[in-house]
Amino acid sequence: MTVQELVNAINLTILSGDGEALSRPAEGGYCGDLLSWVMGRAPRNGVWITIMSNLNVAAVAELADIACVILAEGVAPDPPLLERAKNDNIALLQSKEPAFALAGKIHALIHG
Amino acid sequence: MVTERYIVKGDDFQAAGSASSAMKQMLRGAGVPMEVIRRAAICMYEGEINMVIHARGGEAEVSFDGQEITMKLSDNGSGIENPQLALKEGWSTATDEIRGLGFGAGMGLPNMKRNSDDLTIESVPGKGTTIVMKIKV
Repeated sequence: MTVQELVNAINLTILSGDGEALSRPAEGGYCGDLLSWVMGRAPRNGVWITIMSNLNVAAVAELADIACVILAEGVAPDPPLLERAKNDNIALLQSKEPAFALAGKIHALIHG
Repeated sequence: MVTERYIVKGDDFQAAGSASSAMKQMLRGAGVPMEVIRRAAICMYEGEINMVIHARGGEAEVSFDGQEITMKLSDNGSGIENPQLALKEGWSTATDEIRGLGFGAGMGLPNMKRNSDDLTIESVPGKGTTIVMKIKV
């Protein structure tokens, strides 16, 4: 499943990321707000669900080869994060739903 | 053999990760497989963050000889009093302010150890720390 297909399936808002970023495969996922946990445990091409919204989210997403970041609970990105995500073409997405609900739906979509 | 040096600025969370990004690009150019680059990037980012949080910055030297990536991180910070304790998951001396940014979970050095094939720490309290990590390609 691609990031774009995920966006369509669960109605996510796209904050940044062009066609290339949205065509990346989403192969798994991880929920967390502590950056080193995410860094160490999130799978490559994973969907990262978080409520952390500072600039360092972009660095972690890029370095750990995250497919897309979903800001849960309607959390808005800090302006520097949004700017960096746009510059680096990171798929930064947003949902009003809490992480638990998002993870349940995404798990079902990816793993059946 | 390719070698590059990066300066890590202290107390600059905005720029943290820039050395790791530059290294990632360098390794990509050298034809290193993606999964190995990812492990190196995790090691380097954790090292960078540690230097920003605890050591007022430092320097990183990365080299790749075709078979092995060597990352040497050196700083003139306050040093690590007990490196063995610091390698334990969850052990952290970070302030609440740092934790509020999502760091300081005590996973930095454990992540570096897990993602490298070899890690050595030389640290003198008051003088600084040098960490060398190697990853076989």
